[in-house]
Amino acid sequence: MVTIPKESWSGKIKEIAFGATDEEGGTRDRKLLLGGETTLPFLAFEGKVSRPAIGMEVIDHVGDDYPHIIIDEIGDVIKDPVAWARACVEVYGADFICLKLLSTNPEEANVSAEDAASLVSTVLAQVKAPLIIQGSGDYDKDARVMELCGDAAKGERCLLARAEQDSYKSIAVAATANGHDVVAFSNIDVNIAKQLNIMLTEFGVPADHIVSDPLMAGIGFGMEYAYSAMERIKLAGLVGDKMLQSPMIADISVAWSAKEAYRVDAKLGDERERAIFWEVASALAALMAGANALILRHPKSVTITRKVVDELTG
Amino acid sequence: MPMTALDIFKLLAKKNCGECGVPTCLAFAMMLANKQTELTKCPYVSPEVVQQLESSASPPMRTVTVGDLEIGGETELFRHEKKFFNETAYAVVIGDDSDNESIVKRAKKLDAMKYERIGIISGVDLIAVEAKGDAQRFSEVVTLVKENSGLPFVLMSDDPQVAEAGLKVVSKAKPLIYAGNANNCAALAKLARQYACPLALYSDDVDELVSLSEIAKSEGADDIVLDLNLGAKPLRDALEWLTILRRLSVKKLFRPLGYPVMLNLHNGMDVETQAIRAAIGTLKYASLIIFGDLDAARLYPLTTLRTNIFTDPQALIQVNPGLYDIGKPNRNSPVIVTSNFSLTYFTVASDVEASKVPARLLVVDTEGLSVMTAFAADKFTPETIAQALKEYKVAEKVDHRKLIIPGMIAMLKMKLEELTGWDVIVGVKDSSALPKYLKELASE
Ligand code: SF4
Repeated sequence: MVTIPKESWSGKIKEIAFGATDEEGGTRDRKLLLGGETTLPFLAFEGKVSRPAIGMEVIDHVGDDYPHIIIDEIGDVIKDPVAWARACVEVYGADFICLKLLSTNPEEANVSAEDAASLVSTVLAQVKAPLIIQGSGDYDKDARVMELCGDAAKGERCLLARAEQDSYKSIAVAATANGHDVVAFSNIDVNIAKQLNIMLTEFGVPADHIVSDPLMAGIGFGMEYAYSAMERIKLAGLVGDKMLQSPMIADISVAWSAKEAYRVDAKLGDERERAIFWEVASALAALMAGANALILRHPKSVTITRKVVDELTG
Repeated sequence: MPMTALDIFKLLAKKNCGECGVPTCLAFAMMLANKQTELTKCPYVSPEVVQQLESSASPPMRTVTVGDLEIGGETELFRHEKKFFNETAYAVVIGDDSDNESIVKRAKKLDAMKYERIGIISGVDLIAVEAKGDAQRFSEVVTLVKENSGLPFVLMSDDPQVAEAGLKVVSKAKPLIYAGNANNCAALAKLARQYACPLALYSDDVDELVSLSEIAKSEGADDIVLDLNLGAKPLRDALEWLTILRRLSVKKLFRPLGYPVMLNLHNGMDVETQAIRAAIGTLKYASLIIFGDLDAARLYPLTTLRTNIFTDPQALIQVNPGLYDIGKPNRNSPVIVTSNFSLTYFTVASDVEASKVPARLLVVDTEGLSVMTAFAADKFTPETIAQALKEYKVAEKVDHRKLIIPGMIAMLKMKLEELTGWDVIVGVKDSSALPKYLKELASE
């Protein structure tokens, strides 16, 4: 008889609550638990596994460069972030929404933090799934945007994204003051992931309020770097490094920056099918590397990936 | 762990009798360590020592050659620990029950399903011919496929007579015989030895698979590929077993399962389901995958993922320096300078392509570093750019004398103009702004 080799790890990935229902004093219709596993992804024969959550991206204003394949699928509601978010949850079955406030960027439309906060309020009022609130990446503006949005979403246990090494304080304050979680962003670098976690906890963010975003890359565009960084973080956490035990989130929308995924080219097959599979394959890589939450773009990718997650955790 | 000559020497009889063909045991040990002789030449080694030496001499997972491909030979569970060595091979089935015309068409199509990306050509690797009828038909179809494709073969038949009919046609090309099971294992293993071809073993049960592997080996089949029916098992079980089998071979050095593992997805699943399982199998431990069918829309992302995951983590990925056409540039099209870090190259190339403005990319040898890193490391200098300009004879290919450099290295402009006499235009800082930039440039 073959002896089945089982690993028993001394560490455990932290289980982070995302979204507050009325039980926790919020108004979400569900509370997601990210992480909590005691072994590598989906290896139920040797430990506790966790079910990754699948969310969808909603952008406050969709520009001309947004992939038409997604616009065609989602239709006119894409012009209205509230309606779009509702469709993601009610029609496409997203577990959560990642609302990207890209228009707040001073180099783009420079929408005010007040307007952004009012959008967040409307989304929270009309869509009951847990919410990630993501800034535009402009450090100074994000500080103000996070402050007001964090306030507007008080008690809902949102994820505020993204705290970086050089700019984590304002977002950490916005989160802790209002009971939110923080997404700690570390550009494909295990050491930075650890460092940032240390800085955030020292700054006063409770460890059970941190989700790590090691930056997923799509296939063909550095996926292997991101894959190995995530895998190394997961392994380090399982071995017992407390500062690398946060659940990980992977934003798969980057898969769409590969134009070859959907350029019209008969030799490469149907561009819609190809684009969707490009996104799905990138999502699968993130799952195998240990992602606990995914942010996807195309509704069909969501359906396919959810089915895979069902089969892997079923 | 391979043993050193001294380790081996300690296990020998130390008679220095010379019966092995060399005068001393030490000399014999040295030759063994260098694989220049065979252990069997010494009559005085005990069976235990034979076993010990054999297992230390062979790698944790055997590398199996199918056609001109090597599969298996893996030593790690995680690519960052060293690397994954041999890319998962993709085979697609042709059934011998189709009519000849469709067979020829499909063979040609599969042969052509390959794509070039960052200078790497990747696609369908093998054709799996599946026997549905008798030996004569199988032989005919294998011949037909051979005439219409250059791809190596998997010969799918449980019937030794039918399999042999196929082997007679293509054994020289080292096809994989698929598959030995509880009923036919010994017979197929004999064929594998006789024709010097690799053999796949199939069982739904791991303990039975171990027995099959032992039988096959005792019949002289050394090159084995394992099919634990993971292509048909629930996805969760498949992933668990792929992990278990990899651990057994590389961590536990469990010899009977020290072979590459395959997935057979030719079981009625739709193309999308097959592609999903193949993606997971490529990431996690499958060395060979048989598809019932596969389309370009799935294969292209799959081969991209495969190239990624088998990239050596130690090596920077580079594209060859040179002058690359994007679209169909003419003699007035812009020339854009970038680095030869493949991610940079690819991002820039795809953004230029998105602009629909035909252009040339002058890819400078920055030793695989990105623009800023290369600049900081003095690999992206006016001299290296001027050198590339000369080496790739850009002046002969365009009528203008304008060079667009990345916005981040604007400070090189003056020196570069001095060195080359070209007008240096400082372009955008971020590649994503290229489409807009080039369109504006083109309309001027
Ligand atoms: S035959 Fe064996 S015992 Fe004799 S010299 Fe060779 S190795 Fe030594």
